[in-house]
Amino acid sequence: MTGRETTAKSAGRAKPRGFPASRKPGYEIRYDPMGKAVWWLPPASIAAALLACAALIAMNGMNPLVVYMKMARGAFGSAFGISETLVKAIPLLLCGLGVAVAYRIKVWNIGAEGQLIAGAIAATAATVYLPGLPGPLYIPVMTAAGIAAGAVWGLLTALPRAYFNVNELITSLMLNYVALLLLDYLVFGPWRDPNGFNFPGTPVFAPEQQLMTFQGTRLHYGLLYALAAAAILWFALSKTRWGYEMKLLGSNPLAARQGGIGFKRHVTLVMIVSGGLAGLAGMSEVSGVAHRLMYGLSPGYGYTAIIVAWLAKLNPWAMIPTSVFVGGLIVGGYSVQSLGLPSSLSSMLQGAILICLIAGDTVGKLRIRRKGE
Amino acid sequence: MNRYAVEMSGIVKRFGETAAADRVDFAAGAGEVHALLGENGAGKSTIMSVLAGIYRADGGDIRVNGQPARIRSPKDAQALGIGMVHQNFRLVPTLTALDNMVLGEKRELWRGKRWRSGKREEIEAICRQYGLPFPIDIPVGRLSVGERQRVEIVKLLYKGADILLLDEPTSVLTPGEAESLIGTLAELKKSGKTILMTTHKLKEVMQAADRISVMRKGRVVAARRREETSAGELAELMVGRMPEGADAPEPAEPGGIVLAVEGMTVQADHGGAALRGIRFAVREGEIVGVAGVAGNGQRELAEALTGLREWSGGSMTYRGERMERASIRSRIDKGIAHVPEDRMGAGLAGSLGLVDNLLLKSYRTDDRFRFGLYRKRLTERWADELARSFDVRTPGLSAPVRQLSGGNQQKLLLAREIDRRPKLLIAVHPAQGLDVGAAAFVHRKLLELRDEAAGVLLISEDLDEVLQLSDRILVLYNGAIIGEARRGEADRERIGRMMAGLAEAGKEAAG
Repeated sequence: MTGRETTAKSAGRAKPRGFPASRKPGYEIRYDPMGKAVWWLPPASIAAALLACAALIAMNGMNPLVVYMKMARGAFGSAFGISETLVKAIPLLLCGLGVAVAYRIKVWNIGAEGQLIAGAIAATAATVYLPGLPGPLYIPVMTAAGIAAGAVWGLLTALPRAYFNVNELITSLMLNYVALLLLDYLVFGPWRDPNGFNFPGTPVFAPEQQLMTFQGTRLHYGLLYALAAAAILWFALSKTRWGYEMKLLGSNPLAARQGGIGFKRHVTLVMIVSGGLAGLAGMSEVSGVAHRLMYGLSPGYGYTAIIVAWLAKLNPWAMIPTSVFVGGLIVGGYSVQSLGLPSSLSSMLQGAILICLIAGDTVGKLRIRRKGE
Repeated sequence: MNRYAVEMSGIVKRFGETAAADRVDFAAGAGEVHALLGENGAGKSTIMSVLAGIYRADGGDIRVNGQPARIRSPKDAQALGIGMVHQNFRLVPTLTALDNMVLGEKRELWRGKRWRSGKREEIEAICRQYGLPFPIDIPVGRLSVGERQRVEIVKLLYKGADILLLDEPTSVLTPGEAESLIGTLAELKKSGKTILMTTHKLKEVMQAADRISVMRKGRVVAARRREETSAGELAELMVGRMPEGADAPEPAEPGGIVLAVEGMTVQADHGGAALRGIRFAVREGEIVGVAGVAGNGQRELAEALTGLREWSGGSMTYRGERMERASIRSRIDKGIAHVPEDRMGAGLAGSLGLVDNLLLKSYRTDDRFRFGLYRKRLTERWADELARSFDVRTPGLSAPVRQLSGGNQQKLLLAREIDRRPKLLIAVHPAQGLDVGAAAFVHRKLLELRDEAAGVLLISEDLDEVLQLSDRILVLYNGAIIGEARRGEADRERIGRMMAGLAEAGKEAAG
């Protein structure tokens, strides 16, 4: 096409379009950025996600109601199901609390998975390098090591963010792979159990290196860690000076700066807390569930925890039920395999819930108003 | 051809409760250079944005070339032949001038060599016709500001604009570039284009414009042909006359020096100098007004004094102590208070309640948090009393403050800052966007503070406010203090001229 033709066309376009057509009065949808989020948004998001997935299940030739019932029964219908659900809920709650702290000041830590693995590695390192420790000391030392390693992993994200403005989304995500590969190296290499028939994992921990379990179940005392963490975090966020500073930073960082609340300091602190909590989750997984460091230790708890945190609107108390709910989703996903459906149904549901939740934040600000009002 | 290219009547545009344009009537003849003159916040840019389809007017009619027009989006404006060059250019810095211009064109899928060379010729022809040279094939980010502006203008011409809106076109240019822009405007006019420009620089208006509409506080207060008017008259129209019967406060007895600033040099966000070695002092019991049109270093001045912005040179002595490197926190603790320019953007946390917002400057004291733990009862009682004494009307202590009216928000902010008995208050446009009652309240509080022997630095674009309250006035223009006047000897017209960059007798205003 030549230039001349284009000029002619632009000249044609430049003509006035004429009178505006009158429109019928009626209702219109308007975006109200100030709109208050409604409390029923999270349950509504879950319902919407269940509905969307129901269509997919139906396309597979199954009755969605039957499938959902089966999932619910698998997760909550028996003592075994409930205990398994709670086992999953522990790392989800700890990681969820961790990411939520960061999200409260809009630091998007998606590195809980890596921080969890770092904590698991450090806790295991205590068993590997401190073989002669008096028995009762193992759990405290492993706990401290797990928290510290998670915090250090968090710092690797925090410091570049604070001092060089490096996007934390990228660093925290990348560090997940670093931690994961480090884990793989250790369990396939130097730490592999010599008597393990090539199983990629360390030797099973000695009993004093394992978290106690509730009688007859796999549910371990890491549950207490998680509940205590929720309580402490709630208290710190709502009753302390630090909590106030966090609240201001989360609401308006520029105003916070007027008050001398430094973002750099808080990014650093928040990522230490965030990483530390995920590290604790890692410790409780190796010491309470797997009883060894092994390949494929976490089925993505660090990522799933993001859903836990948002479902609870970043509220520490609310994360207790949401972590149990999402834990149940994972366990329920296993139980539908007997119906011939893949267990990834549960991942699909998780994804759908997150999408509906995030979309809900925007959709919840739309208002139906009479035109011209 | 129609007599008027653009006619606007009764245009109203509200932002929240403030009307940025308040029943504006305005007309620009076809083929003329029409200047919209006014201080910042007078509504010039609002009017331009309504024409360009960026804002939708809340009321009023627009006619383009005599036809009623409905401009609901920039696309509609483009279809009517209206194009706008924004103050901050809308170009993609990593693309070349050519790519920037064809960006968004949807008609050709295949963009081969022939297509490109066709476009190239077309654009170069426009450049030649209007005398607007720029390198067409290097990324726009590497061009000078003046060249980028030419790219923007050619982009509009290429898209077929007949009515060009230029928002503060000279504010980013060097004097030489500004000269050549004025030449370009004449060239465009010759080929029948209509040009609308906003500016607050009188000199350029007198050079470039055929007609001038003066805006003040959201209204067009006068329209003049260039031959009929003078820079002096325009300055007066722009800043307005002191309303009759405004009570002039009793002058206070200034005491010792609270703040002394020497050679203060501060950089703007874009890296250029915002303040170029300025020097001034504020005494106890004195309000020092800083007059000037926005963008001449006011924001940077306030931010540097409160520690929000780094100093690149100079010294700040506050009550005998060197403070230019002190932290924000230590400045707060030593009694420097700040009412920032953008109260919701930087002053308050909109989603939080009244208590949390009041706490911001005092939350480190033991009365509010003891051993790091919140003292709820004590703090809520304190906040309640403080809000009452400043007459902040709120639905409740925990209602998000963004739901409050502008006046109540500003009262809240003042309550927070004044409650701590500051020795120095830096107030930026403290009455901006407030109704008369709230503005008077704010002013009364500033005077009370002064009478309690605090120093007040009042930075404002509202010359009425500055003249009414200040014991001494400094005029800030282009990062330098180009004039000073005491109360009584402050002559509104003289200050208005200095604000517009017209040289003081004997002193030459830079750039």
